[in-house]
Amino acid sequence: MTPTASLDTLAREAARLRGRVIEVSGRAQVPHLGSCLSCLDMLAVLYGRILRIDPAAPKAPERDRFILSKGHAAPALFQVLAWRGFFPEAWLEGYGDDGSLFGEHPPAHGVPGVEAATGSLGHGLPMGVGMALGARLKGIPNRTFVLLSDGECNEGSVWEAALMGAVQQLESLTAIVDFNKWQATGRSEEVLALAPLAEKWRAFGWETVELDGHDLEALAAALSRDRMGQGRPLAIIAHTVKGKGVSFMEDDNNWHYRTPSPDEIAAAHRELGLLP
Amino acid sequence: MRNTFAQELTRLAMEDERIVLLSGDIGNKLFDGLKAAAPGRFHNCGVAEANMTGVAAGLATMGFRPLTYTITAFATVRCLEQIRVDLCYHNLPVVVVGTGSGLSYTELGPTHHSCEDIGLLRTLPNLTILCPCDPTEVKLALRAALQHEGPVYLRLGKKGEPILHVGEPDFRIGKAITMRPGTEACLLATGNAVALALEVAERLAAEGRSIRVESVPTVKPLDGDLLRSLVGSMPVVATVEEHSLIGGLGSAVAEWVVDQGDVDYRLLRFGTEDRYLETVGTQAYARAQYGLTAERIAARLGEALAR
Repeated sequence: MTPTASLDTLAREAARLRGRVIEVSGRAQVPHLGSCLSCLDMLAVLYGRILRIDPAAPKAPERDRFILSKGHAAPALFQVLAWRGFFPEAWLEGYGDDGSLFGEHPPAHGVPGVEAATGSLGHGLPMGVGMALGARLKGIPNRTFVLLSDGECNEGSVWEAALMGAVQQLESLTAIVDFNKWQATGRSEEVLALAPLAEKWRAFGWETVELDGHDLEALAAALSRDRMGQGRPLAIIAHTVKGKGVSFMEDDNNWHYRTPSPDEIAAAHRELGLLP
Repeated sequence: MRNTFAQELTRLAMEDERIVLLSGDIGNKLFDGLKAAAPGRFHNCGVAEANMTGVAAGLATMGFRPLTYTITAFATVRCLEQIRVDLCYHNLPVVVVGTGSGLSYTELGPTHHSCEDIGLLRTLPNLTILCPCDPTEVKLALRAALQHEGPVYLRLGKKGEPILHVGEPDFRIGKAITMRPGTEACLLATGNAVALALEVAERLAAEGRSIRVESVPTVKPLDGDLLRSLVGSMPVVATVEEHSLIGGLGSAVAEWVVDQGDVDYRLLRFGTEDRYLETVGTQAYARAQYGLTAERIAARLGEALAR
């Protein structure tokens, strides 16, 4: 079952979900807001248009798999999963409270729709390689998507997995790099000189696409490409803006750790068209 | 142990389509039988253990029973975090197989020794640790590991170890196996140190001592029933392992003893010392450097019994 939300619906939902993420960040003091906002459009397109998943049967063997390898964007993932009906939005009311399942990273157990616990970077792609390999061994015609951050590409295990994904010709595997040009303490280019990132993936044997990670139409087109017979995995290098959608958060790395005040939440909601 | 592992795994893989072996670029000819018997279920992951462990986790989520296989130091400590997060936190049924454990690869130097692995892995929740002592226990431990609903670490020696068991003992995870009865002291040995413990018992028997030997293939969870049964009846209990005195079987038993509060037996521990071995040689040479010889253990045990 492939969801078919229109691009207009996705744009509207993405703004609403941004508002929810910002609100929760302020209320529960959850950081990594900039990282959540940079990948939210990709999550919206994946969950609204691409992933063949059934919230009523979240463990169906034939489903597509999605791993949020940049686990610190869990606040965005949780909102998207609630939007798609994996659990009621009311579950997120106690976000971060003692005993809550919802913290700063996706947990291994208890949250429907979460395929893998992440948070330590560089774990998602190896697991995704295993899922894609397993699907091939079982003859399951599904797809596996892994969303990474650019800072995460510092981790050697990402490139170990890139090698194996290529040699195994895992055409059902897609890696998406949220290339927002920042990592925790600086520009990703200054920390470990990631660019040219697409060339790196290409040199590792992956088909690569570069696009604007906030262009819903471009995302939908790239993500919905038929992979059958391609003979190699796909890497989408998505150029994004950290903190996208709120002018005073955009491309300001302070929002890697800062959380918004009530006034800032209101200002953000106004910019997103959620408040008059 | 290595050849038995490969043969038994091949046999099991023919019966169970969920079994997939991932190798870290070792065992080139060793798994030819498996490759032929189970096409598509052997994958050389290259010299990339972190990825191999994550791939195993991904396969396990798809319903497979994967094993990762390489030299112990690299199957375990090299990718400790992947074992911790991908396997243990997710509680996935993956068997991490280390070959050449302890001082098996003395000649390769400290990079290839593995005397810290149990200590590091024993702290991980959900993980079962199995250290078979001979080819018979390898077979039984492998079968048990592949039936277990959670991650297992299978610590193998190398090749050519003698069979110590007569027939097939009853093997259950968490249960020790009596190798030899005795009344004055009980040696609890694990993995490739069981043969050494039996040698110690032989020596002391020649001096008229009655020494019991237990093979303890499961280091985690410990066999608490056995440890409890020794209270009040066994004056001396000693652990023997080819692993550091920090963190291994001896540590686990010492922790258990302290936690009980009413244990009256004297506990001795034999293992490798807290230092790297800077010189190469045979496995016997390395053991001697750490005092892990039948002669020395028998002497210390004899002293303890004479008190």
